[in-house]
Amino acid sequence: MFAFIVRRIIQAIFVMLIISLVGFIIQHSIGDPVRDLVGERVTPAEREVIRDQLGLNDPFYTQYFRFVKKACRGDLGLSFFYKKPALEVIVSKAPATIELVIVTALILIVVSIPAGIYAAIYPKSWFSRIVMAASTVGVAIPVFLTAIALIYLFAVELNWLPSYGRGETVNLWGWESGFFTWDGLKHLILPSASLASIMLPLFIRLVRAEMMEVLETEYIKFAWAKGLHRERVWFVHAFKNTLLPVITVFGVQLGILFAFTILTETVFNWHGMGFMFLEAVERSDTSLLVAYLVVVGVIFVVVNTVVDIVYGFVNPMVRIAGTK
Amino acid sequence: MNAWNRFKSSYLLYSFKRDPLAILSFSVLSVLVVICILAPVLTPYNTYDTATFDIMDAETPPVWMEGGDESFILGTDIQGRDLLSTMIYGLRVSLLIGVGAVLLQSFIGILVGLFSGYFGGKLDSFLMRITDIQFSIPYLIVAIFTSAIFKLAFGVGRYAELAVPLLIVIIGVSHWPIYARTVRASVLGERNKEYVEAARVIGISRWQIMFRHVLPNTLTPVLVISTIQVAEAVMSEAALSFLGLGMPITKPSLGSLIRSGFEYIFSGSWWITFFPGILLVIFILVILLLGDWLRDVLNPKLYKG
Repeated sequence: MFAFIVRRIIQAIFVMLIISLVGFIIQHSIGDPVRDLVGERVTPAEREVIRDQLGLNDPFYTQYFRFVKKACRGDLGLSFFYKKPALEVIVSKAPATIELVIVTALILIVVSIPAGIYAAIYPKSWFSRIVMAASTVGVAIPVFLTAIALIYLFAVELNWLPSYGRGETVNLWGWESGFFTWDGLKHLILPSASLASIMLPLFIRLVRAEMMEVLETEYIKFAWAKGLHRERVWFVHAFKNTLLPVITVFGVQLGILFAFTILTETVFNWHGMGFMFLEAVERSDTSLLVAYLVVVGVIFVVVNTVVDIVYGFVNPMVRIAGTK
Repeated sequence: MNAWNRFKSSYLLYSFKRDPLAILSFSVLSVLVVICILAPVLTPYNTYDTATFDIMDAETPPVWMEGGDESFILGTDIQGRDLLSTMIYGLRVSLLIGVGAVLLQSFIGILVGLFSGYFGGKLDSFLMRITDIQFSIPYLIVAIFTSAIFKLAFGVGRYAELAVPLLIVIIGVSHWPIYARTVRASVLGERNKEYVEAARVIGISRWQIMFRHVLPNTLTPVLVISTIQVAEAVMSEAALSFLGLGMPITKPSLGSLIRSGFEYIFSGSWWITFFPGILLVIFILVILLLGDWLRDVLNPKLYKG
């Protein structure tokens, strides 16, 4: 087990090095730190002096080494537009995205588990058929269309819910939170519902498939034979064993949700990390872009590694298969 | 027995005829593809020619609504282009990028998978490590990052000019690992079979065995994932265009049309978003349904009991 953890961590570090190399190459070839620092109105001779001072004329590997060293200390360069450290900008935008992902995850759990279990227990009922048909169609609908449809229905036609921004937020120890005001909660509904709509079909199908598989096993037959209550067999004996694969997939998909926040945040004008990223592209803010790349890379690698290690604890097949 | 007769008596056609959903989605898909190919002949307006449309016609509603104009059946978009013609051209762009990207993906993926599976050893673990790493990052994030970087590197004007080939490269590069894994798995299954050994015994070169003998036997799963991959590629293209990282509005794909319509949805011009959206969903849905059917038929491991 120890060897497995070490191997996974070495792999994670290796991936992070590759991501940082990609980030560095982007900054090296597209970005212009001199412009970020002093703007456009400086003569070429002065630029050259600044380039020398900043060490931009050093060999490639020295600069890369310096980039990694600074990144480890949390220094990811200066944002051209905000005139602040890039990491600080990202951290100030993170709460919006994290809250969106939390609410989305809650919606996913609350909807997909009951719907999936119901569809597995009564596969022939009309409700299950509708759920399954809807999840087939749902896969084909891009998230931005769902979002636009929700906006049109609830914001334009019915005028029930706000369609853009975060509304009123409360500052809790530097964390801008929309959880504690009615206005903030109302603003969360549409974005998180549309973000959840991408993953719902997948999760309902997953829960249903796992549950159906477990219901076919011998020990469930034995539980029926013992004459246990239906609810006890379903929810205590069967459901427990469907949870393991569901949790694993959930962990990995949580990372993917972060990717899709870029789309939802654009539609809803939600000022989180994804929105900031697209603004950075529009403004050619290269260092902010690279910083975002590194931060998202860290989130991914950490989530994947933790999920793998947890899975290794629970399922010995994983850690033995990797050893050979 | 020639190829046509073999096809007529095949299990593929047999199960196709017995699956109304497959027949329906196949016909819808064929109609859409034919419309795309014949777009210049069928559409009443050439939407790439700025001389044919007038900004004064902008935001005309569909013909059955008040204020509709008979010459624009589904209304016009924000620039006064006939929406139906623009949608057909948009679908054409989406289809072109989708198919192009899948060709590129399968090319990279098949090469990597074939080399990895056939040669094994160090090369295999190196290539598979790279594949694993890219596989662990969602393809949409890779595509968004790559397009953002390209946009910065080329500048907005050049990027818009080169959008179609660039998007093919972006989506192709971001989505190949699934091919590499699939092909490698089948190559590992084929490598030690007797026909490969026989070919080796009679002295056929390694390359020839790889490409002429092993490769054709790994193509069934490639075909199965390719259908689904086309749908995913079209979806990625739409997402990129919606973010403003894809096709420019002068040569819109369905995604960029939806984006341009979205800005006008609050003023009540719902049709600019609605019709391209419906077309996109139908297009993706029929490909996915066909892909599901193909997977069930061609993958005997998944026979439903």
